[in-house]
Formats: sequence, C-alpha cells, structure tokens
Amino acid sequence: MRDNIISEKDVMQNQTAHPAKIAARNVQVYYGDTHAIKDVNVDIEANTVTAFIGPSGCGKSTFLRCINRMNDTIDVCRVEGDIRIDGEDIYDRKVDPVQLRAKVGMVFQKPNPFPKSIYDNVAYGPRIHGLARNKAELDDIVEKALRRGAIWNEVKDRLHAPGTGLSGGQQQRLCIARAVATEPEVLLMDEPCSALDPIATAQVEELIDELRQSYSVVIVTHSMQQAARVSQKTAFFHLGNLVEFGETDKIFTAPEDPRTESYITGRIG
Amino acid sequence: MTATIATTFLGVPLGMALFVAVLAIALLGYVMARGRVMARAGGDARVLHSLPNYYGMTAAMFAAVPALGVLLIWLLAQPTVVQNAVLPLIPADKIDSVGTQSLILSDVRRVADGLDIALSQGALTRADIAAMADDPSALRATLGEVGVALGSEVEPFVLAAAQKSRALNGQGRFWMAAAVLLIALAGLALAVRAADPDFRARNIVERGILVLLIVAASLAILTTVGIVLSMLFESINFFRLHDWKDFFLGPKWAPNFRGDSDLSILPLLWGTLYISIIALLVAVPIGLFSAIYLSEYAGPKLRGIAKPLLEILAGIPTIVYGLFALLTVGPALVRLFGRGEDGILGVEWMSGATSVLTAGLVMGIMLIPFVSSLSDDIINAVPQSLRDGSFGLGATHSETVRQVILPAALPGIVGAVLLAASRAIGETMIVVLGAGAIARVSVNPLEAMTTITTRIVSQLTGDTDFASPETLVAFALGLTLFVLTLGLNVLALYIVRKYREQYE
Repeated sequence: MRDNIISEKDVMQNQTAHPAKIAARNVQVYYGDTHAIKDVNVDIEANTVTAFIGPSGCGKSTFLRCINRMNDTIDVCRVEGDIRIDGEDIYDRKVDPVQLRAKVGMVFQKPNPFPKSIYDNVAYGPRIHGLARNKAELDDIVEKALRRGAIWNEVKDRLHAPGTGLSGGQQQRLCIARAVATEPEVLLMDEPCSALDPIATAQVEELIDELRQSYSVVIVTHSMQQAARVSQKTAFFHLGNLVEFGETDKIFTAPEDPRTESYITGRIG
Repeated sequence: MTATIATTFLGVPLGMALFVAVLAIALLGYVMARGRVMARAGGDARVLHSLPNYYGMTAAMFAAVPALGVLLIWLLAQPTVVQNAVLPLIPADKIDSVGTQSLILSDVRRVADGLDIALSQGALTRADIAAMADDPSALRATLGEVGVALGSEVEPFVLAAAQKSRALNGQGRFWMAAAVLLIALAGLALAVRAADPDFRARNIVERGILVLLIVAASLAILTTVGIVLSMLFESINFFRLHDWKDFFLGPKWAPNFRGDSDLSILPLLWGTLYISIIALLVAVPIGLFSAIYLSEYAGPKLRGIAKPLLEILAGIPTIVYGLFALLTVGPALVRLFGRGEDGILGVEWMSGATSVLTAGLVMGIMLIPFVSSLSDDIINAVPQSLRDGSFGLGATHSETVRQVILPAALPGIVGAVLLAASRAIGETMIVVLGAGAIARVSVNPLEAMTTITTRIVSQLTGDTDFASPETLVAFALGLTLFVLTLGLNVLALYIVRKYREQYE
C-alpha cells in the first residue's frame, strides 16, 4: 500500500516534469438520462501511445470522442467537465470544433474511405483547410501522408483509383494517412483493427508505433494483447469509470484495482 | 331430351347463384373435414399433423377452386361456342364483310335476350314465338315494349338464329351448372375422405397460398404485357394507314378529320421535352435542397412534421395542379410578362395563360416531393461512417454534404431525377390545362405548345372512328411515350440498383 502511494507520487512528479498533452478533469458525459462517463480524470502525454481498454459499453469510445468533440454531432449527448489540450479548454466557447478536429485527427473502427480516388481521399483534409498553396504542394502533402500511412508503395501507381477498391487493411491505412495529412497533434483511434485480419492488424500496429514519433496517439481497443503490444500507457474503463491508469507494463503485470485484474485475466468483460 | 335452364335462378343470374352454391359447398366441406378429423383424433388436436383449421381449409379449397375455375372458363367460352354454332344459320349472301357479320350476330344476341325478357315478363308465350317463325315483323314492336330496342325489322333467319342460340345457351347453362356442382361435390368428398390425422393438410394449404400469390403476380405482369400488345397492334394498324417517315421525321402536326393529315410526333415530342425540362429545372434544385435540409440539418421534430407535409403534395390529384396552372399560375405569368403597359414588366410577351412555362412550373411543383422524398432516402442511406470520417477531419457540415455525401449519393439522386423525368413526360392533366393545344417547335417558353399526352387525349375524345389514322395515331403516340418512359425507368432503376450494391 505504501509503495503504491509512493509510486503515484512519482507519477505526479513525472507529469509535472512533462506537461500532459491532453488533460481531462472531472469529465461527465450524459446520453439523455444515461450517465455514460463518470468523473474521469486522465493525463495523456505527447509522443506516447495511450490505450483505452475495458468491456463493451464501458464508455471508452465515448470518452475518446470527447477529445475531438465528435460527440457534438449527437443531439442527446452532453459533456461536462474540463478537457484541455496544451492547456487550452477545448469546450470553451472560443474554440471552433471544426478547427479542433483538424488538430485532433480520428481513425474509426471500420475503414471509411470516401467514394473518391485515393489521392482525393488524402487531399480532402488539406483542401478544406487550405494547407496547400498549389498542386505541387498538395502532391507533396499527399505523398508524405501516404508514406507515413505506410501505404505509399502499394498505391503510388494508382493514386486515381477509387479508395473503396482497396483491401480492408489498405483502406484502414489510407484512413490513417488521410488523418495525418492535416498535420494533427493528436491521433485518436477507435478500435482501428477490429475489422482487419491479423496481417493487416500487424501492419497497422507497426504503423501506430511509428506515428508515436510525431503524435500523441490514443487508441481504443478490445484486444488486450494489442494494448500491451502498442501502448506505453493504459487506461482501464469499467461502467463509465476510469478504474486504473498507468504504465502499460504495470497494468498488465501488477494491476492495483481488483476489477482491472479480473478484466485482464478474463473474469469480467 | 334436351335439358335447359333459365338465365336466372331465384332472380339472381345463374353464374352468381352457382358461385354462391360453390362457396356454400366449400363451407360445408370446411365444417365436415374439420369435424371428421377431430372425431378420428378422438377430440385431441395434438395427435393431428396439422391444426384442425387446416383440414377444413384444405376441404374448402378442394371444393371451391376447381369448381370456380371451371365456372369461369365456361362463362367465358360459352358465348363463342354458341356463336360459332349459330353462324351456319345466317345465309351466306347476307354476309358481305366482317363488319356486317358482327352486326348480324349482335342483332341475334339482342333478339335472343329480348325473347328471354319478353318470356319472363309474360309479353310473349312460346306459342307466339313459334307462330312468328316465318314472319317476325311484329317482333320489333313487342320487344320495344319490354325495353329491348332493335335497329331494324327482324328477319326470319335472325329469329331462327336467335331461337337456336337460346336453346344452345339454355343447354350450356344446364351442363355448366351440373358440371360445376359435381366438381365441387367431388372435391369436397375427396378432401373430407382424406381428412385423416396423418394427412399433411398444412402443407397443402401452404401450396395453395403459394399458387394464389403466383397467380396474383402473373396477373399483374400479364396485364402489362396485354396493354403493350394491344398498343402494338393498334400502332401497326396506324402504320399501315400512315407513312412511318412522316410520323417520326415529319415537320408538322396537323390532324384533319377529312383525311390527309400531317401527323408527326416531333413537334409534340419537343413540347413534351421542353415542358419536362422546365419542370425538372424547378423540381430538382428545390427537391434536392429540401431533401438535404430534411435529412442532414433538420431535427427529428421538424423532420417529423415537414416530411409528411411535403409528401402531401404528392397526394394532390394532378387535375387540381392543372386547375392551379390554369387559374393561378397562368394569369400571374400573364400579369408579369404580358398586358403591355398594364403588366408588371410593361412588356407584351405573353398573351394567353397557357404556356410552356405555366405547365413546366406547376409540373415542377408536382415533382418536388417526388425528388425530395427519393433523394432523402438515398442521402439517409449514405453510411454514417462517411459523415464521421469527414467531421473527424475538421470538415464543416456543408463541406461534408457537398464533398462526401452528395458524391456518394449521386448515382441514386440521378436515378431519382430520371424517375421524376419519366413522370414529367407521362404527365397529362397539368399539360392538358396548362400547356395549350398548339403544336409548334419554338424556344420561347411563354408560347403555348402541346405535348404527346394532350394530343392522345384530344385524338380520342369525342366521336371517333377507330379505323382512321387520325384516331389510331393516339396508339402510336402512346407506344412511343411508353417506350420513352420505360427506357428512362429502366435506366433509373439500373443506376439506383448499382448504387445500392455499393453499401449493402
């Protein structure tokens, strides 16, 4: 018990040393009358992969969608509390959710390429945000994004083929490339591998590890192996509560909370 | 001995009486089969293969279906058979063409019917009729008294033919009644005998229902085929009388009932397409924008009110739109573009209320709900994941609609527009009242023009002779219209279906 307190203090000191990229305080989310997220506090660091794990319906995706205000598009959803990115309150009146989402990219559970060419899929974000001054610059951005999405070599000869014609794993990497094309600072991934086969999953996981160099990545996953493989920090959600948050190694080897232990050993979920 | 039977039974037509009798037998079969199978099962429905009702239904089906089928076929076939039997009684020299033959045969039918009525009312007796066999000139007056008017004096051979036809019909009715009742009873006996606990009545009923559904589906399709064929034959008749080159390529539409008309479809086709294009120019933007608003922006409450309201437009009869065109939109356009100094613009471009613009505007209003409702469904079918993807990249709502949702929905929307176009081309009442009756090729939308549909109406109303090209042209016009709209519909359905495959 005493050890735990000391280690928590260490963590706190650590955080003051490296200020958190995303800081959430007392976040509550309601869907109509349902209290979906209860009092969540979490600090997500830059250049780390943070995994959110927990049983279905525990609120991990809901919380993820709070970080880029995607929940705004749902009428009955209400968010309370304080989420700051680089110290700026993203639920402040001054913040335009559209601008915020350019800064906080998102990759979804199912690959969702637009019914456009591969090139236009990636160029979509840069175009609407006016990131390129001319065609050459746009070409450059697209190539860079596709390279970062680790799919450049597979599609460079058919940039004008429809994005929907790619395989599932390629589509998901295209979606990741599309998300990084707008130069976000944070990348949110909502179960990005759940619709993919093991080989495509391995490719995407490798990619996530590379993306850590430039972004702060938050990934929701149902696979504990995946969380253990790709993340440095893990948060365990249960029934809308953040039960435990800490170093991934520690969560999987020596969880503090009995609920975390039950979940990772397969007794609840 | 020849057995005959009267046309009516207890005051109801025989066919109807037989129908009721067969239904009664079927009901009896239902009760008997159900009772028998329950008795065999010892009153315990659980040992039966099927529920007791299924045994009853099987018996009713066996009793009613073949009997009613025979009744229907007999009723349809008997007049032809009798007519063919009567034909030899008419002297060959009286028949100089197919037309006179059918006239004489219809006289025979009327006399036969008249005799039946006169006999049943007591105005004549069998002896009277027999006495008139050689000189039936008094018959016309007698039949006139009982309400059957004849066009000319009754000639002896007509009376003889009428008498023969009455006799044959009477026999036919007798055998028909006998056959129908016998078949019904046989079916009943068969099904009731089969009503055994092991009998798979439920499967039989299932088969029966399947057959019923197939018959209904094929009737719908056969009717369409029948319509097309009848139009086709009449069109062929038309092209026998009129040069096809003039119809498809001629410059003028000027029907003339003295003959020698110019009957070209081109001016009509131009009017039709011009009005349809104006209608689509009105309906597509308004319908599409309202669909985008309703499906993307409107809250569920507003949507719940606005969508049904918009769809009410689709339920307004087109004749009401026609009145609206003639009495409101037309005069308003005249006030705007006509009347010289007194008009709003002070110009003299438009004199009458009927014009291409009048009809096009009102038809566009009619098509709005059509376009909007279909587009709304198509926009809703675009997966939410695409919207999320676009929002997640920091796109605004209208950017998402413009750059992701509309391109994804485009094939479906094109299909909806084509369906609307085919409705516009086939629309009749609005153009009859709003577009005018002058066939001309002009680009001025303020002039009256006419369409294919209005010309079909005008060629077929009033006294028509179905042997002249001026009347038969209506069928050729109708067939062309049908081919045109069919082509558009097929294209639209193909596009819509292709689009659907993409997401489901």
